[in-house]
Amino acid sequence: MNDYDTLRHFADSWGLVFMTIVFVVLVAWPFLPGSRERNNAAATMIFDEEHDDG
Amino acid sequence: METLVMRAGGWLVVALLAFFALAYSADAGFAVHMGIVMLAALITLVVTLRGADYGAIARGVLRVPADQSKYDDDPIRWGVIATVFWGLAGFLAGLYIALQLAFPALNLGLEWTTFGRLRPLHTSAVIFAFGGNALIATSFYIVQRTCRARLAFPALARFVFWGYQLFIVLAATGYLLGITEAKEYAEPEWYVDLWLTVVWVSYLAVFVGTIVKRSEPHIYVANWFFLSFIITVAMLHLVNNLSLPVSFLGAKSYAAFSGVQDALTQWWYGHNAVGFFLTAGFLAMMYYFVPKQAERPVYSYRLSIIHFWSLIFLYIWAGPHHLHYTALPDWAQTLGMVFSVMLWMPSWGGMINGLMTLNGAWDKIRTDPIIRMMVMALAFYGMSTFEGPMMSIKSVNSLSHYTDWTIGHVHSGALGWNGMITFAALYYLTPRLWNRQRLYSLRMVNWHFWLATVGIVLYAASMWVAGIMQGLMWREYGSDGYLVYSFAEVVAAMFPMYVIRAAGGVLYLGGALIMAYNIAMTIAGNLRTEKPMTETPYNEAADRPLVPVAAE
Repeated sequence: MNDYDTLRHFADSWGLVFMTIVFVVLVAWPFLPGSRERNNAAATMIFDEEHDDG
Repeated sequence: METLVMRAGGWLVVALLAFFALAYSADAGFAVHMGIVMLAALITLVVTLRGADYGAIARGVLRVPADQSKYDDDPIRWGVIATVFWGLAGFLAGLYIALQLAFPALNLGLEWTTFGRLRPLHTSAVIFAFGGNALIATSFYIVQRTCRARLAFPALARFVFWGYQLFIVLAATGYLLGITEAKEYAEPEWYVDLWLTVVWVSYLAVFVGTIVKRSEPHIYVANWFFLSFIITVAMLHLVNNLSLPVSFLGAKSYAAFSGVQDALTQWWYGHNAVGFFLTAGFLAMMYYFVPKQAERPVYSYRLSIIHFWSLIFLYIWAGPHHLHYTALPDWAQTLGMVFSVMLWMPSWGGMINGLMTLNGAWDKIRTDPIIRMMVMALAFYGMSTFEGPMMSIKSVNSLSHYTDWTIGHVHSGALGWNGMITFAALYYLTPRLWNRQRLYSLRMVNWHFWLATVGIVLYAASMWVAGIMQGLMWREYGSDGYLVYSFAEVVAAMFPMYVIRAAGGVLYLGGALIMAYNIAMTIAGNLRTEKPMTETPYNEAADRPLVPVAAE
């Protein structure tokens, strides 16, 4: 097998599995228990009255 | 004093090096460019030596308010003005080349004004000059506000602004002189690419530096989009522009890749330039300015995070759909198509997230023309991110590819999504940056909105008709097995559509001229006396409690 074949087989096997797992973890992250308040805080942070943001 | 001498000496050395490069240049175009570089270095030298406080003079000319906020806003003010200026230049160039297609005499018989040279001038002016300045300015504005920190490396931030303008001037003059790598959206030659790399790495340093010194623990989602845009564009730019110059004192270079590898690298670059420059960066604007203007938090912060990661993971694979039915391996074409179709979902997730931010405040579409622009931008984001995946399907692509349908699709995204969200951001920023009570005129914003919208509709509709007609005429076989139409017959058939498209361009440019006047008047501190956008209906006679009436 030459380099191209090696890389290609890695890409559509373990590479694909790795990318899928990373993606699923990142997308599941905001659904972890207790994240609702954190998300709300993050979403309303730009309206914090104590800071003169213009 | 010593640092002043060192700095002035440094600029003098740069000017001298540019002069020698000019004197020994291998071709005329390179000589002109080195002349521009020398001029830029000499101007900087004079500015350094005069010792005058040019910052103060500029603040006087630009009517910058005296009470500077805790944020470093000067480069953002310059960026707002540069965005308006390059926008007008880019739209005008676009209108001119649209008219050239309808009336070829406008090529003027000069090599510098032919369609082939003005077209990259138009695309780079609107994408990199108008869009790029808008992205740099808004990213500096948003990252300071959401991190509650002053811009890191203020001198470097100013270098990013001026260095980027030099890149634009070098790129634009190069196109007119015929200096090009002939790669779409990556036309500048090797030395301009190297300069952009220096500017872009400085941009990354300022942006990341500001995030690092933030006083707000959470990094707001807009900054995620900006950061992915800056990093990805750096990566795309470096890989796609790997090339070897023929001479270190000449403009010409050859790409490191050849054949189908070069084509795939180019469209990996080209499509992700759309995905990360024109989508991720502008989505960052959307995730800050839409909530701020609507005065409501984003509809779902979770959805914005899913939107972000899905875009990042999917967009990077979609490039091969630009190379359907070419020498590219079939599996790679299918891969590009599948990922493009999957992209539809996160794109619409983002559109819904932006639109639903107005949930409970829908009346603002009626009363606030800036909100109206943002809603129209999101609507066009949704339309073009549906049209794009559809066109990437191979059987659709066999009709649409190489036709004006593609041009119509690009412009519904660029004029509708990128243009409208940028206009809205400029209208949001100007009164705040110059500390004005409000914009000079809200009614002019309304005029801009309608001129731009009708302009886009004329543009997109005429290009749909032109593209589908063109595709069908090209593939029309007669009973004898020969093609029915010659190429020139197809060109002739498109004349009316080309004129309609140019009319759309006139309207869009007209709207932008109104914006330029409105923003200039706002900066000058004027307020137009005008009828308000809405009256509050009130009927005093009817506004009474019901009087109980005794039953008879």
